[in-house]
Amino acid sequence: METHEAKRVEIIIEAPMARRLTKALRDAGVTGYTVLPVLGGSGRSGTWTREGQVSAAGGMVAVVCLIRADRLDGLLDAAFEVVESHIGVVSITDAQVLRAERF
Amino acid sequence: MGLFELAAANLISPIILSFALGLGAALARSDLSVPEAAAKALSLYLLFAIGFKGGAGVAAHGLDATLVGALVAGLVLSFAIPFVAFGLLRAISALGPVDAAAVAGHYGSISIVTFVAATSVLQSQGIASEGYMVAVAAVMEAPAILSALWIVARTGRAAEMEAGLVREILLNGSIVLLVGSFAIGWITGEEGLAQISSFIVAPFQGVLCLFLLDMGLVAGRGLRQSRGVLGFGAVVFGCLMPPIGATFGLIAGLLLGLSTGGVVLMMVLSASASYIAVPAAMRVALPEANPSIYLTLSLGVTFPFNLTVGIPLYLSAATLATGG
Repeated sequence: METHEAKRVEIIIEAPMARRLTKALRDAGVTGYTVLPVLGGSGRSGTWTREGQVSAAGGMVAVVCLIRADRLDGLLDAAFEVVESHIGVVSITDAQVLRAERF
Repeated sequence: MGLFELAAANLISPIILSFALGLGAALARSDLSVPEAAAKALSLYLLFAIGFKGGAGVAAHGLDATLVGALVAGLVLSFAIPFVAFGLLRAISALGPVDAAAVAGHYGSISIVTFVAATSVLQSQGIASEGYMVAVAAVMEAPAILSALWIVARTGRAAEMEAGLVREILLNGSIVLLVGSFAIGWITGEEGLAQISSFIVAPFQGVLCLFLLDMGLVAGRGLRQSRGVLGFGAVVFGCLMPPIGATFGLIAGLLLGLSTGGVVLMMVLSASASYIAVPAAMRVALPEANPSIYLTLSLGVTFPFNLTVGIPLYLSAATLATGG
């Protein structure tokens, strides 16, 4: 089956910032993304878990989107503006997609 | 009942012991945990029940002129307490201005679970309170956030106060549910309460125990993970600020002529620190403030203080002051 090259961008960000990030992605022309819950983790800002958290303040979410390589810079500019001063991780990996016209 | 008898009775109540169980389990690194969805469901239940019962109470006893006064007093206290907290923190702790302002914002706002625990203690003592204190609690959730951001702006640092944040703060789920269920309770009155009392009255204490078990787990985990984050001065602040806030609440309650129960609740609202609405707002508006500091102080120090020492202390002070 024919596959096409794409970039997979994964952004782990504080839950209260998720709505702002997805809005910035949409404004930057990203046609789709997926928001995933994350169970817990540890990093420079300490250890955290979503268990028992009544407030969204202590939680994190992962926002994943697949995009054509030529549109990557626009996405990263938009995302960086939101995540710059916040706790989080942005990573980019090479991916293969089946239906290139969707990205 | 004297202060020590009251404190002792409070300490061996099911809700406090449930909290202690959670705290101990987390500190001992037990794998006991309450799933996120279950914790949210318990919190929704408590907010709905306390709001509904408050509204039904207002419907049964009617409104009096002190309602508006109590709402205004709550608003003023929530705006003003962060300035006192900020001054105290800067004087006795090593926190920088941004962290101190973020913490101060939490202390101007309220902890609805402390409020619920206090109403539970009042009920067990047979002390009545004004039903509309639930509305005062809702009013006191947000203004402190603005005070904290104003303090930060005064120190020359930028705080991200955007239009979307104001909407998020005012329409925070806990505020909407509390005010909404209060309105439903008020509209449907005693009859409405009778229809659902088997759901919101009888199981209330049991659900509160489970919720406090979870609060104990969260507080214990926070204390364990943020060891070394809080200095001695910050911990002293976490125990000193609640009685200071409660004193403002006492003065406001006496000036308004609230009942003994109403004064206690006004003291509790002024003494408690937020861990729902304010932390989320601070993450958006003040990302440079360290969340470990304000969450640990609010949940790990002030919440247990109010639960164990604070509530009996405020009840004794209010009883003495009102002669009730």
